[in-house]
Amino acid sequence: MGFLDINNVTKSYGTVEVLHRVNIAVEEGEFLVLVGPSGCGKSTLLNMIAGLEEITSGDIRIKDSVMNGVHPSNRNIAMVFQSYALYPNMTVGQNITFGLEMHGVPKPEREKAMADVARLLQIEQLLDRKPGQLSGGQRQRVAMGRALVRNPDVFLFDEPLSNLDAKLRVDMRTEIKKLHQKLGTTIVYVTHDQIEAMTLSTRIAVMNGGYVQQLGTPKEIYDTPANLFVATFMGSPSMNLINVTVQVDGNSVYAKTQNDQGKDLRLALYEPSEALKAFDGKDVILGVRSEALTDVEGADQRSSHVEVIRNTVTVTEPAGSDTFVATTVGGAECVARMRADTDVSPGQQAEFAFNMEKAVVFDPETENRIQ
Amino acid sequence: MAIASSDTAIRTGRFTRTLIYVVLILFVLFYMLPLYVMLVNSVKPLGEITGGGMMSLPTAFTLEPWAKAWSTAQIGVEPTGLQPYFWNSISMVVPAVVISTTLGALNGYILTKWRFRGDTILFGLMLFSCFIPFQIVLIPMAAILGKLGLSGSTAGLVLVHVVYGVGFSTLYFRNYYAAFPTELVRAAQIDGAGFFQIFWRILLPSSGPIIVVCVIWQFTNIWNDFLFGASFASGDGAPMTVALNNLVQSSTGVKEYNVHFAGAILAAMPTLLVYIVAGRYFVRGLMAGSVKG
Ligand SMILES: Nc1ncnc2c1ncn2[C@@H]1O[C@H](COP(=O)(O)OP(=O)(O)O)[C@@H](O)[C@H]1O
Ligand SMILES: [Mg+2]
Repeated sequence: MGFLDINNVTKSYGTVEVLHRVNIAVEEGEFLVLVGPSGCGKSTLLNMIAGLEEITSGDIRIKDSVMNGVHPSNRNIAMVFQSYALYPNMTVGQNITFGLEMHGVPKPEREKAMADVARLLQIEQLLDRKPGQLSGGQRQRVAMGRALVRNPDVFLFDEPLSNLDAKLRVDMRTEIKKLHQKLGTTIVYVTHDQIEAMTLSTRIAVMNGGYVQQLGTPKEIYDTPANLFVATFMGSPSMNLINVTVQVDGNSVYAKTQNDQGKDLRLALYEPSEALKAFDGKDVILGVRSEALTDVEGADQRSSHVEVIRNTVTVTEPAGSDTFVATTVGGAECVARMRADTDVSPGQQAEFAFNMEKAVVFDPETENRIQ
Repeated sequence: MAIASSDTAIRTGRFTRTLIYVVLILFVLFYMLPLYVMLVNSVKPLGEITGGGMMSLPTAFTLEPWAKAWSTAQIGVEPTGLQPYFWNSISMVVPAVVISTTLGALNGYILTKWRFRGDTILFGLMLFSCFIPFQIVLIPMAAILGKLGLSGSTAGLVLVHVVYGVGFSTLYFRNYYAAFPTELVRAAQIDGAGFFQIFWRILLPSSGPIIVVCVIWQFTNIWNDFLFGASFASGDGAPMTVALNNLVQSSTGVKEYNVHFAGAILAAMPTLLVYIVAGRYFVRGLMAGSVKG
């Protein structure tokens, strides 16, 4: 039993099922991020938690009481919308206290709560303005103020930063994270931005096509993605995927492929599982993140297993802090993350170090990770 | 070369513009002509008109025709002037406009923010009602008014105009509210506002332009209606338009054209006034509705 429980929840519009049996338990104080491409059902799920959409089947509980059929205002939740949804005819102060007023809170208490929130978010000087007179970032703060003032059990955020410019988005991201650390509230946060998901969350639910693909901590999601979708959706640049053949040799298991000169490569897999050994002779997909594919000097010194190959550099992309180097392994374009001052140029041969501790293997048929 | 060509461009620009303005001014004069005739002749003694001076300015200025049209002229059989009928019209048009606009606003709110199965069909049917010719409903409407005991009363006329008006007012508000962000309604729901609180506190304060459009439209149509007035409320309860007709028709002996002109202006005055006061918002509101909706 979590603080917020989503049990076998489905959602259908007419005959079309857009969410399929979602199960998520959120603990008190957690920051859960729902992430996935547009149209995967994130907002629908959030709206069902808020009570703005009906639950087709299954149930949602907050603090152990079933919320199905409970009016949004009686769920003790607050929501921040993508468009901020500030009431245009009211001042900032009225926007913030409207919910309290509707709940019959007496005026002196409302004023005090408003003052507290305004101080917390540093919007005291804006209280008498109308939303139309505010900048994007200020509106964002007011929208958060309106949510905070209610002191809800659960905060719901639907892509709250996607209308801000890049710099402001990063600033507000940090601010939301600070706010969460300070207040320790339970948050469900929707975004399509995987970096936002990684930086903010304590846990992530990666969604696609109405299914929760994987639920886990950012590290679990990043290091051990459950399937190819999660592997490619999370992380930038995207995980390198190489077609290899499994070869079992005694206690060792190798991934066989070719370099770009057609020479056979044999990469020993790290701590192979029994499940993987069963794939002897079969084709699988080897997943290596670009930071696990580096120059030899840049390889993780703590890794107990690094394999080095020689291959041709096709493209280099200096990115300031790192240089991204492209090369072709097993017919697949791979991106390696090398040190910024690494000395390679296109057309040259170079050494590439695979950190095999971080490599994962996928079954091409089911697209799931072979554990 | 470049200078020469730009010079001619400016010249032709000026020439076309002058031409356009001249044509427009002619149109305006042509449009204003009837008003001029009415105004001028309403302040002349009858003799000047029958003497053949329709277009000329009055030689002996008099407000006598206005006073007569307002308070003593023969309407039907009674020498009451238009005054009582003016108040009839006011007491018909004000409730009819208020009720049909309110209902339209509520309908628009429900049709866009509280969607339900079949709502588009319902809206289609309401739109359809805008295009039913008045003549078709005359007899059924008379029967219904009779059953309700409202025949010949101002209340009956109000009902008729509300029923007819609600199609248009719903159309206006639906299109306006369709562009109103639904997230605001959802935010208000989470804040704990009820159905009417959301309408009253969130939507209505942002509905100024469309309310103006709707009020002008309804006011003009209802005030100017003749058919329903003549059919359902002849006699003492008749509205201004019907009374004006009676004034013009019932004059025995000489036709007092100056009184007729004054009466016609009196009948047109309220709609003119509404346009002058709120016309700016009318255009703005129409634009807002059409561009966003
Ligand atoms: N009112 C609706 N009627 C029918 N389908 C809908 C409705 N709302 C959303 N959907 C569908 O549900 C899916 C999920 O939508 P949504 O939750 O908004 O996605 P996102 O992850 O981008 O927030 C989409 O395929 C969308 O087309
Ligand atoms: Mg969405």
